[in-house]
Amino acid sequence: MIIGKGKSIKDILAMIENHSKIIVAGCRGCVTVCAAGGEKEVGILSAALSLARGKDGKPIEIKEVTLERQCDSEYLESIRSFVDEYEAVVSIACGAGVQFMAEKFRKIPLYPGIDTNFIGVTEAQGVWTERCQACGDCKLHITGGICPISRCAKSLFNGPCGGSAKGKCEVNPEVDCGWQLIYDRLKELGKLDQLEIIIPINDWSNSRDGGPRKIIREDLTL
Amino acid sequence: MAGCMEGNCHYLTGNLRARKRVEYTKKILDEIGIGGERLEMYNMSAAQGPRFVEIANEMTERIKKLGPNPIKLAASTKSEEGAQKEREECFV
Amino acid sequence: MTSDSRLEKILSRGDFAVTSECGPPRGADPEIIRKKGTLIKDFVDAINVTDNQTSVVRMSSFSSCVILKQMGINPVLQMVTRDRNRIAIQSDILGAAALGINNILCLSGDHQKFGDHAKAKNVYDLDSIHLIQTVKQMRDEGKFLGGDDIKGKPRFFIGAAANPFADPFEFRVIRLAKKVAAGAQFIQTQCIYNLNRFKEWMQLVRDRGLHEKVHILGGVTPMKSLGMANYMKKMVPGMDVPDELIARIKGVPKEKQAEEGIKMCVETIQHLREIEGVHGVHIMAIEWEEMVPHIVQNAGLLPRPKIE
Repeated sequence: MIIGKGKSIKDILAMIENHSKIIVAGCRGCVTVCAAGGEKEVGILSAALSLARGKDGKPIEIKEVTLERQCDSEYLESIRSFVDEYEAVVSIACGAGVQFMAEKFRKIPLYPGIDTNFIGVTEAQGVWTERCQACGDCKLHITGGICPISRCAKSLFNGPCGGSAKGKCEVNPEVDCGWQLIYDRLKELGKLDQLEIIIPINDWSNSRDGGPRKIIREDLTL
Repeated sequence: MAGCMEGNCHYLTGNLRARKRVEYTKKILDEIGIGGERLEMYNMSAAQGPRFVEIANEMTERIKKLGPNPIKLAASTKSEEGAQKEREECFV
Repeated sequence: MTSDSRLEKILSRGDFAVTSECGPPRGADPEIIRKKGTLIKDFVDAINVTDNQTSVVRMSSFSSCVILKQMGINPVLQMVTRDRNRIAIQSDILGAAALGINNILCLSGDHQKFGDHAKAKNVYDLDSIHLIQTVKQMRDEGKFLGGDDIKGKPRFFIGAAANPFADPFEFRVIRLAKKVAAGAQFIQTQCIYNLNRFKEWMQLVRDRGLHEKVHILGGVTPMKSLGMANYMKKMVPGMDVPDELIARIKGVPKEKQAEEGIKMCVETIQHLREIEGVHGVHIMAIEWEEMVPHIVQNAGLLPRPKIE
């Protein structure tokens, strides 16, 4: 899922400086799972903003809203009836949600309350790590189920580099060397010979490098 | 905020989780300028009456030194009404 | 010969080659490179110029190589894939060839976190093995990666790096084999302090017959002091500095440590000459280039062969 983390309250306060009536909008999707933008976080952020503004003698009215998702139009419609009564929306959904909301509600400024970081997994309670870079050309079948693009700091296709030491990446001793993981996994699977084959130069045109992407499923369009 | 002695929680880790959340809340209170020192968590058993009194006094002294709620202070120095927060939840 | 490279000629003849490196300046003064080149040119067969090593911005390897070439020196262009995409890479390969540079060392490059511009975007459009393939394709097939024909094929002697001391140990030789399969013709290794481990690696290299397919030059770096020895042991990933070495340097008084370091470096070179499959030495005397003539002389490697 998409993992994000709340922006600093100072930064958000700066965004809403000139507003006295705002909506704080959360999302029950990914950001709820990573405790960045769910209903609970909407409550915490709203309380913090209220208190901060109260302290500065510039009180603020905040409407708390948590949508099922902010990346689907029908759920965004749920706030149409009252959104124009407010001066701004702080959305703590992921970057996609913030943008979609901005597209649907054009008369009101949209501010992001979180930073969207990566596509990842919950390794343990409170610990999320990156797994996927959405390159659009999945090679996990060649690398034992471990992605060289997202798990190698240099996105090497024929790693590891010379800086791999004791299974850790030269960039950060707490980060596993992606290619050590691939090596270990292929060894467990008895497929080390796969590593003797050169994985070819990548076609990056299907990833972000190729430009903003779109998928149309003809079988699903109306 | 009072919780049982660590290791003696009826809910096993309830007081440990509470401590983490209190620390997080203190950080937020610091960040927004209210001051994290206005919140503190103490561990004690139900039998420690005198300790409870000690802590209550300690906290009272601390709060007196820190002064009144800065929000009330700001509100009372301005003639307008204070912050209003509508709690409405919108489920879809 | 696949290129006009003097280094290629020397290695093909079976001579023990000597290469070294120059670190370019952190400014635009060409004199600094000229001075370094002058210091070592008569003692080596080719001089590498590092490419924004450890992600610290320096005068480009490309331009420094041109300056050296103008002095009649044979440069080895080090190229990392961290900072440039395949378009810039192929373009630079053509440009370097046009300016008479005919040796290239293909590297991925240290991550930018190590340098003075940790906020930069990294590229890594290709990795080092892809870069080797690219140079080979341009040279031998005369085709760009995109498929179009090259009018005026670049000729290069292609090199790569190898680190016998990084992990996983068993995999290092497989990776070397991949580089050779991709087209690497010479290898310069990470600096060697643990001779036993290097010998183990060379055995694995010979078991695969790689020593007959690629010229391996063992890397050496003289220790300047105990401080440097400790730093390299603890702080540099992929470096293996045995305790005996630390003890040896520690055992001499501070003023004598540099001399001991040079002595050990010369001994290492002498050992390397005995190892089957090692065809040369690559002396990396970082910011101590003035010691290279001394080391080459004491290791009995003078005079260097004259080739036209």
